[in-house]
Amino acid sequence: MAELVSLRETYGKTLVELGKENRDIVVLDADLAKSTMTKFFAAEFPKRFFDCGIAEQNMVGIAAGLAASGKLPFASTFAVFLPGRCFDQVRMSIAQSGLNVKLVVTHGGISVGEDGISHQAIEDLALIGSLPGFTVIVPADAIETAQAVRLAAASRGPFYIRLGRPKLPLIHGRDYHFQLGKAVTMRQGEDITIIAIGAMVAAAISAANSLKGQGIDCRVLNMSTLKPLDEAAIINAATETGAIVTAEEHLEHGGLGSEVAKVVARGCPVPMELVAIKDTYAQSGKPAELMERYGLTAKDIEEAVHSVVKKKNSS
Amino acid sequence: MPAVDNITVGVFPPLSVKDMEIKARKLRRHIISMIGKAGSGHPGGSLSAVEIVTVLYFRLLRHKPRDPNWPNRDRFILSKGHAAPLLYATLAECGYFPIDELLTLRQLDSHLQGHTDRQLTPGVEMSAGALGQGLSFAIGTALAGRLNAQDYRTYVLLGDGECDEGQIWEAAMAAAHFKLDNLVAIVDNNGLQIDGWNREVMTLEPLADKWQAFGWKVSEVNGHDLNQLITAFSEAKLNKGQPTVIIAHTIKGKGVSFMENNVDFHGKAPDATQLRVALKELAE
Ligand SMILES: Cc1ncc(C[n+]2csc(CCOP(=O)(O)OP(=O)(O)O)c2C)c(N)n1
Ligand SMILES: [Mg+2]
Repeated sequence: MAELVSLRETYGKTLVELGKENRDIVVLDADLAKSTMTKFFAAEFPKRFFDCGIAEQNMVGIAAGLAASGKLPFASTFAVFLPGRCFDQVRMSIAQSGLNVKLVVTHGGISVGEDGISHQAIEDLALIGSLPGFTVIVPADAIETAQAVRLAAASRGPFYIRLGRPKLPLIHGRDYHFQLGKAVTMRQGEDITIIAIGAMVAAAISAANSLKGQGIDCRVLNMSTLKPLDEAAIINAATETGAIVTAEEHLEHGGLGSEVAKVVARGCPVPMELVAIKDTYAQSGKPAELMERYGLTAKDIEEAVHSVVKKKNSS
Repeated sequence: MPAVDNITVGVFPPLSVKDMEIKARKLRRHIISMIGKAGSGHPGGSLSAVEIVTVLYFRLLRHKPRDPNWPNRDRFILSKGHAAPLLYATLAECGYFPIDELLTLRQLDSHLQGHTDRQLTPGVEMSAGALGQGLSFAIGTALAGRLNAQDYRTYVLLGDGECDEGQIWEAAMAAAHFKLDNLVAIVDNNGLQIDGWNREVMTLEPLADKWQAFGWKVSEVNGHDLNQLITAFSEAKLNKGQPTVIIAHTIKGKGVSFMENNVDFHGKAPDATQLRVALKELAE
């Protein structure tokens, strides 16, 4: 198994590097700096770090005002509180304002674990993805996280970067080059394409490995930029492999799967299956137990692949 | 340097109180005409804040209408975005855009949207309309000024009903915590919101005590008295280590007899007859 590395810690350390390179970078948090790992930046640049207390809506507004005055704000808290708690603030003060604010959230998805459903963000991508002008990125490992954060800093406009709580295996090489809005082909294949984001990319790769032994040749795409979506890669996948499975740690509603389905339906209808949380809340438990209970494992992806391949072959 | 720059763009010298009175009347005529033409909009809360905004734009603010994004400008943030007609009229009178454009308010493809849009209108700092967000935004601009060692000041206008919003108090706490003495909030305390008087809808009083308890310097003025406003703003400049709030006691709909203290004109345009009567009352 590949080395496990924390995406949050990578985020925190990348912020420190960026802080040294760009004096306009400021960081805001809402009493979770120890969890989001903005604490590293706070220690290094106390004057450019603002703990807003447990007041996320205010934090978003302050970030907007800072951006409107030429600063480059990164604001962080848990994915449940941002965008959820602050949707109207993100909508008007950032999205409608076209401001250069970077929201980097942690603890996305159910792999948060024992804290339970109040802390498990499974709707955040639907919320944030609905806002015109936002760029949405869900990195799949620490290497991609560092590059996505750097790219957000170097680009104008509102960004949302969603990280999870657990460490994830490194699935990209050190020579990896993250490109905004471009799906990454993790593995070539001809029978079906698995399109995944975040923690589900590693699961997709292991499912593909297992399926290979069963005679099914899977293409695997890491769709780390959820918005703007790489429609060309999706259409190519549908055209060339004739079947698609998506995998995400999010509700089926409004996440990766539904966005991909839209593109597929419009551009090249093929059998498709969504591996996602099915219109339910989860519960407390160990992350791995929850991923299993709510259908987000490599095994679930394999089953979905079998089901669409069957449809493909019978059509 | 700032004073010279302002002279070159025709804003200075600051208007005398007498001239500001004339200007305020003119702004009221603009507001009524714009809303009358548009057939919708919010006269009440635009009219109540006319003197507050007049003193700022025609006397105190350091700004360059021909260079709306000048980094050293003082910021005026309209948190109660439904008073957009007042801000638009003021910006036009300052020369940010032609006065003719005022009558395009709320029309398709106009840059004068129903509520303020910072991406469309020169001089508008903040996109507003959803109440409760402006004070937070103002903290951001004030913090940026401090970080950049710029000496501009930030002014933010809040509605009294708007102070029902929890975010206002999150921000009130934070502004005092960050010791933002370059920030001034003004509450347009006209006593009315949409469903009625503040005291009937949601008790705000004791409003001054609340701000004080949150760590702000509080001053209370008659919000239609230009001299009192000038004094309060000048005193705020001298207050160090904490933000200042000016609670401006005002009359909603001020200047048009049948709109004064009349909650019905919070968000309703005058009809043709009312428009005529109002403009007559506000005539030069
Ligand atoms: C978050 C939010 N809730 C509700 C409204 C609808 N609304 C527009 S104006 C208003 C009343 C505002 O009262 P106040 O702040 O006292 O403004 P003023 O009296 O100065 O017009 C309301 C409830 C809104 N714009 N934003
Ligand atoms: Mg009011």
